[in-house]
Amino acid sequence: MRKPISRRDVLKGSAALAAGTVFASPARAAAPESTAITPGLVAAAKKDGTLVFYSSMDLPVGEKLGKAFEAAYPGIAVQIERSGSERLFQRVAQEFDANIHAADVVNSADASHFIPWKKSGWLMPFVPEDVAKYFPDNYRDPDGMAVTTRLWLSSIAYNTNLVKAEDAPKSFTDLLDAKWAGKMVKGHPAYSGTIMTTTFQIVRELGWPYLEKLAKQRVMQVQSSTDPPKKLSLGERAVMADGNEYGIVLLKEAGQLVEPVYPTEGTPTISGPTGIFAGAPHPNAAKLFQAWLHTRETQQFFVDFTGQYSLHAQVQPKAGRRRLADIKLMKEDPAGVEAMTEEIKTRYAQLFRV
Amino acid sequence: MTTTTTTSPAPRARIDWTRPVLWLFAAVLILLILLPLSWLAVFAFTDKNRHPTLQNFVTLFSNPDFLDPLLTTAIIATTSAVICCIVAAPLSWLVSRTDMPGRQTIRALVTASFVTPPFLGAVAWELLAAPNSGLLNQLYRLFAGEDADALFNIYSMTGIIFVISCYTFPFVFVLVANALDTMPGELEDASAILGGNAWTTARRVTIPLAMPALVAGALIAFLQAMTLFGSPAILALPAGFHTMTTKIWSLFQYPPKLELAAAAAVPLLVLTILLLQGQKALLGRRGYSVIGGKYGAPRRVELKGWRWAALGFCLLVLLNPVFLPYFALLNAAFSPNATTLVTPSTLTLHNIVFVFTELSSTQLALKNTVILGAATATIGTILALVIAYVTTRKVIAGHRVLGFLATAPVAVLGVGLFLSYTRPPFVLYGTLWILLLAFLTINLPSAYQQLQAAFATIHPELEEASRILGATRLQALRQITAPLLRTGVIATWCFIFIGVMRELSAAIVLFTSQTKVLSVLIYDLNEGGDLAAIAVLGIAMLVITFAVVLAVNQIPMSGGNSGAKLRNG
Repeated sequence: MRKPISRRDVLKGSAALAAGTVFASPARAAAPESTAITPGLVAAAKKDGTLVFYSSMDLPVGEKLGKAFEAAYPGIAVQIERSGSERLFQRVAQEFDANIHAADVVNSADASHFIPWKKSGWLMPFVPEDVAKYFPDNYRDPDGMAVTTRLWLSSIAYNTNLVKAEDAPKSFTDLLDAKWAGKMVKGHPAYSGTIMTTTFQIVRELGWPYLEKLAKQRVMQVQSSTDPPKKLSLGERAVMADGNEYGIVLLKEAGQLVEPVYPTEGTPTISGPTGIFAGAPHPNAAKLFQAWLHTRETQQFFVDFTGQYSLHAQVQPKAGRRRLADIKLMKEDPAGVEAMTEEIKTRYAQLFRV
Repeated sequence: MTTTTTTSPAPRARIDWTRPVLWLFAAVLILLILLPLSWLAVFAFTDKNRHPTLQNFVTLFSNPDFLDPLLTTAIIATTSAVICCIVAAPLSWLVSRTDMPGRQTIRALVTASFVTPPFLGAVAWELLAAPNSGLLNQLYRLFAGEDADALFNIYSMTGIIFVISCYTFPFVFVLVANALDTMPGELEDASAILGGNAWTTARRVTIPLAMPALVAGALIAFLQAMTLFGSPAILALPAGFHTMTTKIWSLFQYPPKLELAAAAAVPLLVLTILLLQGQKALLGRRGYSVIGGKYGAPRRVELKGWRWAALGFCLLVLLNPVFLPYFALLNAAFSPNATTLVTPSTLTLHNIVFVFTELSSTQLALKNTVILGAATATIGTILALVIAYVTTRKVIAGHRVLGFLATAPVAVLGVGLFLSYTRPPFVLYGTLWILLLAFLTINLPSAYQQLQAAFATIHPELEEASRILGATRLQALRQITAPLLRTGVIATWCFIFIGVMRELSAAIVLFTSQTKVLSVLIYDLNEGGDLAAIAVLGIAMLVITFAVVLAVNQIPMSGGNSGAKLRNG
């Protein structure tokens, strides 16, 4: 039983986000009617029997989500394909070029991916009931092609065993201090959508000179944004220059010696939209999954379990965790990312040599 | 040139299917090799609109982004080859020509290093020698103090060379050990009788006789190190540089620059062909030493007091590819934190539960890998067997060309394979077939060389006797030649199976979510830093490989244990 919620509540819920617009509204939007989870949809989904989910979220997190869906709808097996979003983007292109349709649902850490996918007609319009009711407009595609499932940050962090709290960096600029040379780890924008988005926002706020100086700090370069938190908790490096803040939060809650830092310049913000592919081999399972993924229950479970943020108006932050409203965020701009992707990949490779 | 043999009329008139069958195999081989080669050439020498151009090569050879990796790769391959020889030569001599205790065990352990995929070895060495969290560096700091610099840094050129050498030296070992095993003892005896002391005999007889095998081994090691993708992909990025293979892989990133990728594969291909021709010339020279007739077994050198020291040396060497990495993987598999030593109180089954109950790709990847391994090994062995037969018995016209094609290493990184099977007329991308063809193409050269060597030892007279008695060529092959070849066939089958398990460089560009294999799954896990899951999967992979190799070697046959005699010509 849910009490109906007014549009004002929704706006209040999203007002906390100082973020930019992920989905711009066109003059004439043509989103389909919203769809509820009906016994008919569930039966059709069970006939499909399988769901293939391409996503870049941290593997244990993604698999847990898949298992929750399997528990809710026994008889449908979820296959999670986890890889960095930029690699997933490459694979989707490679597969579609060869007329292979293996993926049902895709969640990307680089919201700009949905721009070319939508242009190419690769996405299926589908609006779950909860999305129509409880998700803010600027986090939904006006034509119903995608909706922002999760929001997370790419922060700085440090290993508390190796760095004292008073010595820890407080800003991105602090990372340029000579004392951190050879002691940092970061992800790579050519593999990770999170890091692509992060790099775009950092370049916009601090300019390329910041990255030029950072590149001289002998930073350990890993691929996915899910990896730096793990390298930090192993004690392999003392400071994380970028990477998933939620990874740090989860490790800290599990008793590992890591601590997030929200830089004074603002923390890069990433939204991960989810869409269904038009050529989905299991279309009904895909619709059911998309609808289930955005219900209040799933979104609440997701927030509680993964330390990420939801745009669902009825979802409550978990007690004891930092609220988005208390963090200075950098603005998102998927269209800007799309325009700059090639430049970022090229210049980054020149600066960091990989 | 061809020798036409007319079959004598058999009692019952039957069609001799031999020729059509052999031509069919030849056609398969030609397609398998020429298709990727042609596509590679087309893309390397044209622009996006398929207009002829040399621009791709100009870009490659004028851009430091490509020249640096080229130089890096040359350094890595050369150094690895040298190290492999320095390590493998004394090891194979001790095992093959001395009375050192535990010789069979050492041979088996070298096989274990061969079975370990290089990318798994790279992850295991991350666990051991990452500068701050690596187990060995932690141990070192216990003695040297908290703030001591790292003793080992696996994320470095040295580290990559070390890891590549660990899993490449078995190639050299097997070649040299085989050469030493089959060396006639009389020659050394003669030297001794003529008054040569042990050192003179070694210098004037043994070493020169083993030299061609050692040089051939060095070339194989060089080629392996040059075309390896897994270890550099895992270690070079954190180290902050590219090798040729990781650079080519990065060209597949969106938007893919396939023309450049094809052009970048060309120098590797040309170099490989040149080196293999050089190896042929060298190994061809081995003919002068062994001139038919029966020999006594090679003499074993008595090490006397040095016996145990020799064994100690072998075990010390094998710490690196086998004992330490296996320990690190086992530790990570049961540990809550991959690089913390497990104690009874911290031991956890969480990682094992995760891999086998939560990780949704595990079963699919396991199934695909085993199917592909068995299928590739079976088809590859049959194909290599038939082609080797055709070339050694000179059955059909153009057998020389077939022999050349069978050893052409066209599979550099799967670029040509990707171009061949993702577009008409053969759109196989997204199916297991594309991986099967890729693994076949990759493993065919060495399988063919092994079986050709095996054929060369069987006299055609035996087949001819059977033909005279009315058998067709195929019957003669089945009833006479096949039983005699069993040892070689089983060794080749194992070799290809292991090759499939080790393969990542082509699989990484050819897989889709439904056709994932273990190597790709492990690479993906490494991308997200899930080292404990890799440890569990890696151990499972090793167990499966060892079990299959052992089971296949149990197939009753004359000729004893072939697993230890994996040959890679």
